[in-house]
Amino acid sequence: MSLEVMVRHRVAGFQLQADFTAPAGLTVLFGPSGSGKSTLIDAVSGLIRPDHARIVADDRVLSDTEAGIFVPPHRRRLGHVFQTGRLFPHLSVRRNLTYGMRPGPADFDRVVRMLGIDHLLQRSPAGLSGGERSRVAIGRALLAQPRLILADEPLAALDEARKAEILPYFERLRDEALVPILYVSHSVPEVTRLATTVVALRAGRVIAQGSPAQVLGDGAMGDDAASIIGARVVRHHDDGLSELAAPSGPLWVPRTDAAPGQALRLRVGARDIVLSQGRPEGLSALNILPGRIAALRDAPDGSVMVTLQMGPDRLIARITRRSASAMRLAEGQDCHAILKSVAVQPSDIAPDRA
Amino acid sequence: MGGWLGPEAWQAVALSLKVAFWATALSLPLGILAAHALARWRFPGRGLLNGLVHLPLILPPVVTGYLLLLVFGRQGAVGSWLHEVFGITLAFRWTGAALAAAIMGFPLMVRAIRLAIEAVDPGLEAAAATLGAGPMRVFATVTLPLAAPGVVAGAILSFAKAIGEFGATITFVSNIPGQTQTLPSAIYALLQVPGGEAAAGRLVVIAIVIAMAALMLSELVARRVARRVAGA
Repeated sequence: MSLEVMVRHRVAGFQLQADFTAPAGLTVLFGPSGSGKSTLIDAVSGLIRPDHARIVADDRVLSDTEAGIFVPPHRRRLGHVFQTGRLFPHLSVRRNLTYGMRPGPADFDRVVRMLGIDHLLQRSPAGLSGGERSRVAIGRALLAQPRLILADEPLAALDEARKAEILPYFERLRDEALVPILYVSHSVPEVTRLATTVVALRAGRVIAQGSPAQVLGDGAMGDDAASIIGARVVRHHDDGLSELAAPSGPLWVPRTDAAPGQALRLRVGARDIVLSQGRPEGLSALNILPGRIAALRDAPDGSVMVTLQMGPDRLIARITRRSASAMRLAEGQDCHAILKSVAVQPSDIAPDRA
Repeated sequence: MGGWLGPEAWQAVALSLKVAFWATALSLPLGILAAHALARWRFPGRGLLNGLVHLPLILPPVVTGYLLLLVFGRQGAVGSWLHEVFGITLAFRWTGAALAAAIMGFPLMVRAIRLAIEAVDPGLEAAAATLGAGPMRVFATVTLPLAAPGVVAGAILSFAKAIGEFGATITFVSNIPGQTQTLPSAIYALLQVPGGEAAAGRLVVIAIVIAMAALMLSELVARRVARRVAGA
């Protein structure tokens, strides 16, 4: 399953001009609000008809303005999970779930069990909590046996605790490969946790697409620029820190819930890294990682993106152009990356598959 | 009872109820269709349809009745065709009274239903479409159930209007006791003859009772439907 999207559309205020491909797995359409993400997902759903579009799912053309093809939404077989759930208020949870149900691999009992909503079936949507509503909305979309799930900021309306409740269900959908997912989000933690592919949008244009590490490491990402590194939990210490083993050396982060031995993905913000040419002494920061400068790139916003090679890992630091020239940084130089433990938030840590 | 009111007056009450029932029942499907078209469809001539639907509300009823006579009378374009092909006569029959009542109540009915349909979240209809429901199924399973309180309100308004319709009815089907003499025309007729006030007064009481009963019933039904739709 793969989805090819080409959309040209005038939206209030700007021109949406996006081309991207979503391969199997979970693709996050990532960008700030107003960047055109929801318009794109509505175009894929057929809920809006863009000025120019070519949208192909596998080999099935869903929209092609050149050829005059437009498949109406009810014939697209795409499951749309809306931000606020959009459950039918006059139907019970069970009748919401069965509204679009078809026979297929996602059968009723399995979906209801996976989402933990069996005790809600007789209830009315009005009485559900935000998290319960999201789970029912996911189940309703799944039971229609869609070729692709479109999720439009499904967590944006939820508080942190509810987000933590729903995220694992999307991880399961991704890992059980039940169905490919196109997921709209403006949240870096969701990208870190869920994405197998990222398409980054700004003001209606695709500015980067690829793996999360590639896209977050791109200079165009500005404040969102980050590295994704793999690590394994070694042990939890009594002083509130967890010791991780990264390929480049030990890392200390605030206590995580993951058990020793668990593989993790860690997002390290590019602006949270301090560079030092000598090994610094008398510093409060716990993580001092030696590396070598692999690349120096000027970012569009005037900062410099420094890529450090540390064993197999690459770490990206975003520093000012003034610092880069004062330190006379150059490719091939040895350099230390300094990372405060507390700069790594719990939402930056995700369990890694495999 | 017959003694208190007299057989002619009872006939008028029964006829009014019959006329109002058929006027409402037969115009309801058309009213729902017109309301949905005005609320959700974009098509050329939408403004014209809106104007046509509302015309009976603005025109003097006697003008509407006269136009009905021109079009649906025995010599009228539609009236003569109906008579020849189906043997149906409308002018000066109770069926004509039902037609006049339906047309006069139509704007009220369409308005109430249209407002209710416009209040249905289009996002829910879109959600139903993404779940594989075609336009007909979306309408029958999402739009109509959620707009049900407005449909009930529209039907009751139309019924109440039909009970009270006078101008268009008397122009189109006249005031024939036992045939086309509805409650309002019976009251009018009684007030034209000396000594008719007492009988007219009794009919007035009945008119008030019917109106109150219809209102209370509509409140009750609307509240029930609203509760079921809200899912509480």
